[in-house]
Amino acid sequence: MTPLITFNNIGIEFDNRVLLNQINMTIHQGEIVTLIGPNGSGKSTLIRTLLGLQVPTTGKVVNHSSTRVGYMPQKLHIDPTLPLDVSNFLALVRHVDKKRIPEVLARVGIEKLAKTQVHVLSGGETQRVLLARALLNRPNLLVLDEPVQGVDVNGQVELYSLIASIRDELQCGVLMVSHDLHLVMAKTDTVVCINQHVCCSGTPQHVTGHPAYQALFGVPGAEESIAIYAHVHDHVHDDHGDVLSTQSSEPDKTCHH
Amino acid sequence: MLDLLFRALFGGLGVAAVAGPLGAFVVWRRMAYFGDTLAHSALLGVALGLLFDINLNLAVVVLCVGLALVLVTLQKKHIIATDTLLGILAHSSLSLGLVAVSFLDNIRIDLMAYLFGDLLAISTTDLYWIYIGGAVVLLLLTLFWKPLLAMTVNEELAKVEGYPVEAIRLLLMLLVALVIAVAMKIVGVLLITSLMIIPAATARRVSNSPVQMATMASLIGCVSVGSGLWASYQWDTPAGPSVVVCAALLFLFIYSLPKFNRV
Repeated sequence: MTPLITFNNIGIEFDNRVLLNQINMTIHQGEIVTLIGPNGSGKSTLIRTLLGLQVPTTGKVVNHSSTRVGYMPQKLHIDPTLPLDVSNFLALVRHVDKKRIPEVLARVGIEKLAKTQVHVLSGGETQRVLLARALLNRPNLLVLDEPVQGVDVNGQVELYSLIASIRDELQCGVLMVSHDLHLVMAKTDTVVCINQHVCCSGTPQHVTGHPAYQALFGVPGAEESIAIYAHVHDHVHDDHGDVLSTQSSEPDKTCHH
Repeated sequence: MLDLLFRALFGGLGVAAVAGPLGAFVVWRRMAYFGDTLAHSALLGVALGLLFDINLNLAVVVLCVGLALVLVTLQKKHIIATDTLLGILAHSSLSLGLVAVSFLDNIRIDLMAYLFGDLLAISTTDLYWIYIGGAVVLLLLTLFWKPLLAMTVNEELAKVEGYPVEAIRLLLMLLVALVIAVAMKIVGVLLITSLMIIPAATARRVSNSPVQMATMASLIGCVSVGSGLWASYQWDTPAGPSVVVCAALLFLFIYSLPKFNRV
């Protein structure tokens, strides 16, 4: 697999507070990586570093040849005094080929919303519009910050399926932040749990038989889109994210540093 | 008299046409108080211009841009909340301007004209300033419309997509400063922002796209100037405030109409 982007020993300090510490990670073509971690663990900061919105204190982000990033931000706040429909919003993409807008809207399933004002979109529709914007410049790396935020469970399943099918179609890399510690997209190749540092990473297990899971997602096709990533830490964090102790009953199944 | 009135109308229409689209950006980006602060400082620009004997419009532009840069720098340092910072800068620069003007013993200066505008004192040179300055502003707005709008909609997305966000923000400030400099003679430093935001706010109600809103703001501004000047001529009221009153009445009128479509 061709590497698209590499985090090289990324560390970020702000006001003497460590936000990220020694992050090493590579995202490859065609790979879906999901970042999880508690609030304030530095997920968004890491994404912002990749996008060049945040300069790392140490280390660097290595952009491999011809990486074109398509970014989908967490939410879209547009002042209500600005009248803007979906087509006009998408036309703001730099160097956009406007002829592609209907095609991309159809790809994410919202061709009927082209002339709808952005202020009246539902949560799921807004996410699709943002995804469409990320797709417009034919990216080979999609960076999605909490793509299913504010979307109900059925909608999450659909969005995850859509993202997976786009990956299959474009063979692009996908780096996404998940808003939930336990529910991630089933098509995820690697889950990376961070809390200032990389706590653990691995493939999400298929837990379709789990009763709690089925009670939550008794949706046809749901089991292919959402999986529970069961992860066991072999260490404990204090309030600052520092590792306090190492304790584990099953050393072979736990995550390490 | 009629010649004077036409000159005033001509100047006022020019200013309104430019203030409209820029006012739309001021409204979208919630920069109303920012514009007000720059406008307040314009008087200091006038005083300094008289003191150093340079073109007053130029002095105002330079001072406004300088103040905008100071503001952005202070804002980034998060010393104090932005609205407080704007309040401090607005009123201290206005007071500083008034104090500086009082030192100009040998120069007669009509303070009221600078504070509230004196449409009927517009000279041919002022008209040149308005139309050349206005044309430059409109040209820059048209050329950089897409990046300006992209930054307004979402700064981070714009930055990730490669727009030079910092430079565009600076451009917008420069444009606001230019409009203040050319509009000063018409409505005065205390009322300039109203000529930018009231027509734009009125235009919002009848627009479905950014371009439409900017164009409508221009037209509504022109109507305000026309009716304000007419009222001023009819009832011998001060021209600048009359224009602003007309703009406010138009705002009330449009918003009292029922909504036609989903905008």
